[in-house]
Amino acid sequence: MQIQLNGETRETTAETLQQLVAELGLEARTIAIELNREVAPRSRWSETPVRDNDRIEIVHMIGGG
Amino acid sequence: MIDFTEEQIERYSRHIILPEVGAEGQSKLLESKVFMIGAGGLGSPVAYYLAAAGVGTIGIADADVVDMSNLQRQIIHNQDRVGIPKVESARETIQSLNPDVKVNTYNYRIDADNVREIVREYDLIIDGCDNFPTRFLVNDACFFERKPLISGAMFRFEGQVATFKPHSSKEAPCYRCLYPEPPPAGLVPSCSEAGILGALAGAVGTIQAVEAIKELLGIGDSLAGRLMVFDALRMEWKKLKLHKDPACPLCGEHATITELITYEQACELQLGHS
Repeated sequence: MQIQLNGETRETTAETLQQLVAELGLEARTIAIELNREVAPRSRWSETPVRDNDRIEIVHMIGGG
Repeated sequence: MIDFTEEQIERYSRHIILPEVGAEGQSKLLESKVFMIGAGGLGSPVAYYLAAAGVGTIGIADADVVDMSNLQRQIIHNQDRVGIPKVESARETIQSLNPDVKVNTYNYRIDADNVREIVREYDLIIDGCDNFPTRFLVNDACFFERKPLISGAMFRFEGQVATFKPHSSKEAPCYRCLYPEPPPAGLVPSCSEAGILGALAGAVGTIQAVEAIKELLGIGDSLAGRLMVFDALRMEWKKLKLHKDPACPLCGEHATITELITYEQACELQLGHS
């Protein structure tokens, strides 16, 4: 299936956000995931489905001031 | 309501003629107390605009002294202040801009032993610090003391701003709903380790200042429950909707954090607040 990841089209086999994080090789603790304009609560990543044409943005934790 | 002096009526005239602010709102600002963590890149524009707006009491915590490498972005300081504590430098700038403002300085690192007492004295907290242990400490202290927190962060060409008021409703998220715990050491670099576009601090800090003034006045739509993300290279602001995480360790249904936690510094270079 195809998703829009950070503005770019990408093929994925991930069925949930949790699987997508693993597929992308990201450190879960340092990111937030926006799914269709809303940030998905982390504790629900494993049950939040990824669907065809979803718009997903990965927001990285930053801490500079 | 405060009896304005003639000088105050003139100074704040462009606020007073705004129906959303008015004499009543200006009076409210003069009676407001804001606590800022960090007198650095973000703290500089925040302190400047809050002082100009006539926020009556501004508390500033920062353990650092002004360094030449700060001046590329930390505009509340200047070359003559290199080597003096940032909080003193900020106080001088604020007082020469607006003598109405009382400045409380905290020239030390805030920690689990002192943060709640300090936060309790203020109406609103603004985080512009440069390290994750302090970000989590401030979030938790604001949650326990039921104070609104306007959090700002930046890195390279990116900025993030969010308002957290988890005490305001059952749906309102806190910082830990977004990021539950500090990153493992070395995984997320700080300003002291990586570059930052100086003017980005102005773009992000002024958003924090605008939101602070709106929160104090109770006007417009609060940024609570939203995360603003700024990409300076693409010149794009995005506003994301945040949700409370029912499993949040601090404000969730089965919270496990019941007191302040001291996290180790992820990086020994990060000694100060900004």
